[in-house]
Amino acid sequence: MTEPLLSIEGLTKAYPGVIANSDVSFSIGKGEIHALLGENGAGKSTLVKAVYGLLRPDSGQMLWRGQPYAPAAPTQARQAGVAMVFQHFSLFDALDVAENVALGMDRPPPIRKLAARIREVSTAYGLPLDPSRLVGELSAGERQRVEIVRCLLQDPHLLIMDEPTSVLTPQEVDILFRTLRQLRSEGRSILYISHKLEEIRALCETATVLRHGEVVARCDPREQTARALAEMMVGTALHRPERPAHKPGRVLLEVRDLNLRSPYAFGTSLKDVSLTVQAGEILGIGGVAGNGQDELLAGLSGELRSRADAVRVKGDPAGDKGPTARRALGLLCAPEERLGHAAAPDMNLTENALLTGAWREKLVRRGFIDAGRARAFAERIIRRFDVRTPGPHVAARALSGGNLQKFVIGREILQRPEVLVVNQPTWGVDASAAAAIRQALMDLAQNGAAVVVISQDLDEILEVADTFAALNGGRLSAARPVKGLTMEAIGLMLGGAEGDSDAAA
Amino acid sequence: MLRLDKRPQPSKRWNWATPFLAVLLTMIAGGFLFMALGKDPFIAIKLIFWDPLFNPQVADYSRPQLLVKAGPLILIAVGLSVGFRAGIWNIGAEGQYIIGALCGAAVALAFWPAEGWYIFPLMVLAGAFGGWAWAMIPAILKTRFNTNEILVSLLLVYVAEKILAAMSVGLMRNPDGAGFPGSRNIAQYPAAANNELIADTGMHWGVVAAFIAVIFTYIMLHRHILGFQVQLAGQAPRAAKFAGVAPARLVVLCLGFSGAMAGLAGMFEVSGPARLVSIDFNAYYGFTAIIVAFLGRLHPVGIALAGLLMALTYIGGELAQFTLGLPSAAIQVFQGMLLFFLLAVDVLSNYRIRLKTHEAA
Repeated sequence: MTEPLLSIEGLTKAYPGVIANSDVSFSIGKGEIHALLGENGAGKSTLVKAVYGLLRPDSGQMLWRGQPYAPAAPTQARQAGVAMVFQHFSLFDALDVAENVALGMDRPPPIRKLAARIREVSTAYGLPLDPSRLVGELSAGERQRVEIVRCLLQDPHLLIMDEPTSVLTPQEVDILFRTLRQLRSEGRSILYISHKLEEIRALCETATVLRHGEVVARCDPREQTARALAEMMVGTALHRPERPAHKPGRVLLEVRDLNLRSPYAFGTSLKDVSLTVQAGEILGIGGVAGNGQDELLAGLSGELRSRADAVRVKGDPAGDKGPTARRALGLLCAPEERLGHAAAPDMNLTENALLTGAWREKLVRRGFIDAGRARAFAERIIRRFDVRTPGPHVAARALSGGNLQKFVIGREILQRPEVLVVNQPTWGVDASAAAAIRQALMDLAQNGAAVVVISQDLDEILEVADTFAALNGGRLSAARPVKGLTMEAIGLMLGGAEGDSDAAA
Repeated sequence: MLRLDKRPQPSKRWNWATPFLAVLLTMIAGGFLFMALGKDPFIAIKLIFWDPLFNPQVADYSRPQLLVKAGPLILIAVGLSVGFRAGIWNIGAEGQYIIGALCGAAVALAFWPAEGWYIFPLMVLAGAFGGWAWAMIPAILKTRFNTNEILVSLLLVYVAEKILAAMSVGLMRNPDGAGFPGSRNIAQYPAAANNELIADTGMHWGVVAAFIAVIFTYIMLHRHILGFQVQLAGQAPRAAKFAGVAPARLVVLCLGFSGAMAGLAGMFEVSGPARLVSIDFNAYYGFTAIIVAFLGRLHPVGIALAGLLMALTYIGGELAQFTLGLPSAAIQVFQGMLLFFLLAVDVLSNYRIRLKTHEAA
């Protein structure tokens, strides 16, 4: 066996109150795609940050080609040959591709030379990029290419990728995988972080599974089922959400030719969006972020108003109504951004329960807040949705992402909505919490509500939804039954080239 | 090296401690300032904070002054605090104070010399209305044209000062005043006078109004859904919109409330302690109230305490001026320091200071 490229021995890192990594050891060989698996908060990010020189471990050591390796800063890691593509891009919308790449380099060459190099490298790896385009105009997949190309220009030996496919369409995932396999064949190593098990099984030959900061398993993912991998991650048998097929009911939400100008910079305006959702139905709306998801949610919640008859709830026109009036009609929403949009970060959970529950839950009487009822409502959410927190007096920002998401979704569900619209309900939420949220959405539909799930996670949509529509450039495709949809067909719908043949027929 | 770590939750303890720390730091820095001016810092600080209340030679005069000065400060600051919590910045309370005073005085002068129980209540209404109306100018400009309420309300102060000057030498000038600028003495017109309610305490209707405002605002902020919406809009504007708070309605409401409170303060002042409309009637209570509002943590009870403290620095400052010969600018700097230090130590309620050990590079 050849010497590993990077080996990590007994690495430990503690933060006040939590041990992020405890005695973690594993090694990555040359030309290996190594998966790092784990739930949110399992310590993957901490580990990777140590490798990339963003933080220093408390103890343990790393060996790079047999030599001690302790980067004090990312510059040193890059000099050694480590490059990293982050989950959240660090790109400037108002600059072009070449300028953005130059900003991330330690000693950038002249921009014209760099542009030529970008063109050359990006085509060589099957990720074509126009260096002169503004990043603000690029799709999420193209933005990721910018980040990858920026790394490849450094000629790295080890490429770290943090959740790279979360923003990609299935076709883009295929392209990315081809690139990664090409890199492997050149003898480069890849440390691949993900919680998408099918991908890991398709791509990686070794996997290290982390739970609560410790290595709990090492395996060859190709020899494991996705279910077995998930159970290694979570540590218990996974509860898989399920429910019987939906029977057609009356239309509860109807949107017809909704046009909205996006109020956000680099936002996407909605163009002639139409949809109907019946009682008991879950409509899944797929699409890569930035294709009008935020605008659609705002148009349904009442934050953006439209023609009265563009949005109808149970047949009543609601397009010109504000959020409070729409809630009274039974239309409830949970936006994607938890802190600052769905919840106020510095307010406690009782106050955050009041935020949308004030009128429907009768937490306010003649204008005065009934503190006891508000607290009881918050406590009920915490109990029913298993929100891990000392109590309703805790500020929203002190909760982890998954717990706050359970609280936000629970807050809406406990108000017995007739129509519920959620955007990215399980974004950044660990597997068991995600399963609980999905089950709650399905139970809600089972009890006769109409549910719209806007999500980038196709697996999620396929799991919960009865019908599927794709949002692309602010336009919504016609909805199709999920049963019988292939990944291929979904990819085409997401790309905007949906099967017009049968829609036109 | 020092490093700041964000706290998971704002610290309740520091939230209470910072105003006291700020006062302490102001005393220290102020002491150095007075020392640099060649005065004994300990005597100066004692003159400002101790003598007005406890020195028998001056306390008879200065103790009632405490409420006289604190009344308008508290009334204005309580009004401002509601908007400040919502992120609506009315910097022009001084202007609303002047217009409120002019409207109140106008009612009094129009009825002079008639007697009647209804005159003073009418003046109260007129004062509140004047301040409200003056604040509606930035409110409407903001909601209609999205102008900046900070600039508009501030600049309207200077317009109000010009109107005050014009009134005191024109329309409202005392016809029996031998041509001197200034109106009739309202404090000597029984139906309109806002005199001391209890002798030698400084307690007048404006002080009563200030304490009613404190209680009213406390209930509104902590028990009423409107107060919740105000705080939500200030802390998380997007969440407020999602919750169904209409931003325009909030702007009109907050600016209107703070304007009415400032107008009331002006009206009580012109018919009481100031006695008449004169060119230099305004005493920058409207600006000082901004400091009072923040020193009191935008909390009604805190503002009541801060108002009393600030009034003390006014009275003590005057005392220091004529006994030690300190320039009035030094006293203003001293009051400004209070806000400066408060904002500086505020960091402690949201952040923890840590000593960062040097890491070997």
